[in-house]
Amino acid sequence: MVLLVGVLVTVGTYLILSRNIIRVILGTAVLSHAVHLLILTVGGLKTGAVPLLSHSEGPFTDALPQALILTAIVISFATTAFLLVLAYRMYKTNKTDDISELRGISDE
Amino acid sequence: MSNIIVMPLIIPIITAVILVFLRENIVLQRIITLITMVFITGISILLLQLVQTEGILKLEFSGWVSPYGILFVADTFSVLMMLSANIVSTLCLIYAFSTIGFKYENMFFYTFVLFLIAGVNGSFLTGDIFNLFVCFEVMLLASYVLVALGGRKIQLRESLKYVLINVLASWIFLVALAYLYGTVKTLNMAHIAERVLEGNQDAMLTTVSILFLIVFSLKSGLLLFFWLPGSYSVPPTAVQALFAGLLTKVGIYALIRTFTLMFPLNPDVTHTLIGIMAGITIIAGCMGALSGKDVYTIATYNVVIGVGFILIGLAVGTEAAISGAIFYLIHDMVAKALLFLLIGTMVYLTGETIVKRMSGLIQIYPLFGWIFFVVLLALTGVPPLSGFVGKILIGQGAIEVGAYVLLALGFASSIIVLYSLLRIFLASFFGETTVSLEDRKPIPRGAMVSFILFTIAIVYIGIGAESLMVYIEDATRTLMNPSRYIEAILKG
Repeated sequence: MVLLVGVLVTVGTYLILSRNIIRVILGTAVLSHAVHLLILTVGGLKTGAVPLLSHSEGPFTDALPQALILTAIVISFATTAFLLVLAYRMYKTNKTDDISELRGISDE
Repeated sequence: MSNIIVMPLIIPIITAVILVFLRENIVLQRIITLITMVFITGISILLLQLVQTEGILKLEFSGWVSPYGILFVADTFSVLMMLSANIVSTLCLIYAFSTIGFKYENMFFYTFVLFLIAGVNGSFLTGDIFNLFVCFEVMLLASYVLVALGGRKIQLRESLKYVLINVLASWIFLVALAYLYGTVKTLNMAHIAERVLEGNQDAMLTTVSILFLIVFSLKSGLLLFFWLPGSYSVPPTAVQALFAGLLTKVGIYALIRTFTLMFPLNPDVTHTLIGIMAGITIIAGCMGALSGKDVYTIATYNVVIGVGFILIGLAVGTEAAISGAIFYLIHDMVAKALLFLLIGTMVYLTGETIVKRMSGLIQIYPLFGWIFFVVLLALTGVPPLSGFVGKILIGQGAIEVGAYVLLALGFASSIIVLYSLLRIFLASFFGETTVSLEDRKPIPRGAMVSFILFTIAIVYIGIGAESLMVYIEDATRTLMNPSRYIEAILKG
């Protein structure tokens, strides 16, 4: 699991450092998956029974990391969607998808 | 159990959703927005009084007793911040009514401002660090939209950078949260504080706290402020003022909360680091303000200087310094927002952003000119106005612990602030007027109303410092003795 997180972070970092906007956005998506797995891992993988009270008599698995990840996934979906739309609009108005051409403040 | 605490979060969200359906009816949108803002400002005042009489309030959602459920906490510090944030945003909205223009109002401008305010209020009130992340995201998503709204080339460009940097910051936030949860197995801030106190903040926790420091520094523009000048200078004036007044301040609030409540035990590492970062921030901000030729650059770097100065208070960490930091934070919210509004209006009136190309504004708009002068004095910290008390208190704290370098930097920055703003004032307001008779635009009445109300607020914070100090001292007491907070949450 930890190795997987490491690989995902590596891939994500590589993608973020590239010049193409779409790659950068994909990179942020990959990174967010990496951190979700990280939350799951450090929260402790399956350490007990299913956390349903009537199902068994503990010890139960901690269900909180999954709740956190669920929230984080929703947020990262929203941000990624927004980023994609933004990138599309930017491509339409600025006629480029190259980050390095976005430097400086030129007149309109 | 008092449901009133959740109102400042819920009401703006509900109103924002209602406004989506009133897209065509802009007058109605304005009225509803204004009523909502006045209402939640009223609630903030009520909460402030309640906290004074009943101590720290908390609301545990669906009755899940802490530390198990998620909760909202209102202590004096958070309510004070929320109150000033709401006042600032109300006044910015009054400015926006007369200036923002149909193009924005038609594209759900008020909806997103209300979401932004909901996120800000939520961040101040939450007592659960994961909810802090969620409220940050609500606030940030609204701010992404507000930067990009309008769709000019430069806006899209700056907003893309802004969004990417904030996405990365949120990512680091999640990493820090993951490790924090792995170490202390809880997300309730009071509970974290208790566990950290028990475990004596070992190396792992200090590392986690430094991760939090990085995240909140990115959000508040402490040292890592490279994204700030660009993204703060492109959106319309009212939005700039909102950002300058609210966004960085939420980051500072989170920093103060984190390092007084949750990780106070290793000040040699963390607080020294904050001190160094604050120092560098001030120096860099001063350089930026000095080198800037156009008004936006000067104003944005003034934001950076302000952030550095407030965090000197946190780095020093004595009682006087913390109350100074709180006081200065409140002052800074109001004064920076007004500064941005005034500068935006100057650009609107003259059509120029370069300082040297404007002049003689005071002959045409005398009141406007003198209000600018008041802000200038307030930001510098001239006695009867709002910046003075905060500066004195932070300075006093710095002398107590012998942090003379930070002290010198802090007060030297006041001179730079004075110089950079005075340059705008002298160059743009005096001399021959460059605006010809036909081109003279009147200042919209709504804008003037908000300027005057802001000025009253600044003067009140300065002259009425005594009456404010009661609350600020109470806030400081809670911050300095985290056990008060912990007991109120876990044992109340």
